[in-house]
Amino acid sequence: MPRDRLLRLAAIATAAGAFSGLLGVGGGTIVVPFLILWLGYGDREATGTSLAAIAVIAAYATVGQAMYGNVDVPKAALVGAPALAGVVAGAAVQQRLPERAVALLFAALLIATAVELVVA
Amino acid sequence: MEYVAAGALGFAGGMLGGLVGVGGGVLFVPALAIFLDQSQVHAEATSLLAIVFVALVGAWRQRGYGNVRVREGLILGALSPLGVAAGVGVSNAIPERALELLFAGLAVVIAAQLVRRALAPPPGSSRGAGEGAR
Repeated sequence: MPRDRLLRLAAIATAAGAFSGLLGVGGGTIVVPFLILWLGYGDREATGTSLAAIAVIAAYATVGQAMYGNVDVPKAALVGAPALAGVVAGAAVQQRLPERAVALLFAALLIATAVELVVA
Repeated sequence: MEYVAAGALGFAGGMLGGLVGVGGGVLFVPALAIFLDQSQVHAEATSLLAIVFVALVGAWRQRGYGNVRVREGLILGALSPLGVAAGVGVSNAIPERALELLFAGLAVVIAAQLVRRALAPPPGSSRGAGEGAR
């Protein structure tokens, strides 16, 4: 692998890791757009590869948070078990539908979440 | 009722993960904070554990569809610990309200990114212009 490509991967990984540890998300927000814009990935390829990276990034961050005693396993299961069905369904749908319609729907959902966090 | 709502948001978060390649934390965190009574910091920490399994299953499914560059995905994961350590330290050092506002800001940024991508011309039509600009 060329050194330039490895350095870009390292930069994306560090930024994604910081977001993950700071905000409790997986870092996909950073990984997906940068893989597309910076490393020439196709859309689906970026989302699939992002998930592989997130599995590792979130595992590191979980260990970090567990050392502060912040992780609640039963509550993680309450949210995570339905999410496993969701991700299988989402990946299947992604192969069949144009991504753009779905993306707009989720953008609206995210804005609603942001408003809720600020107001609540 | 709270459990049903949290589970529904969990399913939606997983769906989002499969569709756009994120872990789903943007929905897991509010699900845990609003419906399962966790503080913002605890919700974020607990969300990370759920994300690990969602991302594993999602990557497995996407690999079946031929959409995963395994080697580069693992390199990304392997090189992330410095950033993770910094983020975890900061999240335990700053006020929860600041974290909530940061998280809201992140959600808006993601939303804008999704809209921009959805409204952009299809791949291929702008390729010549992009290469010319380089």
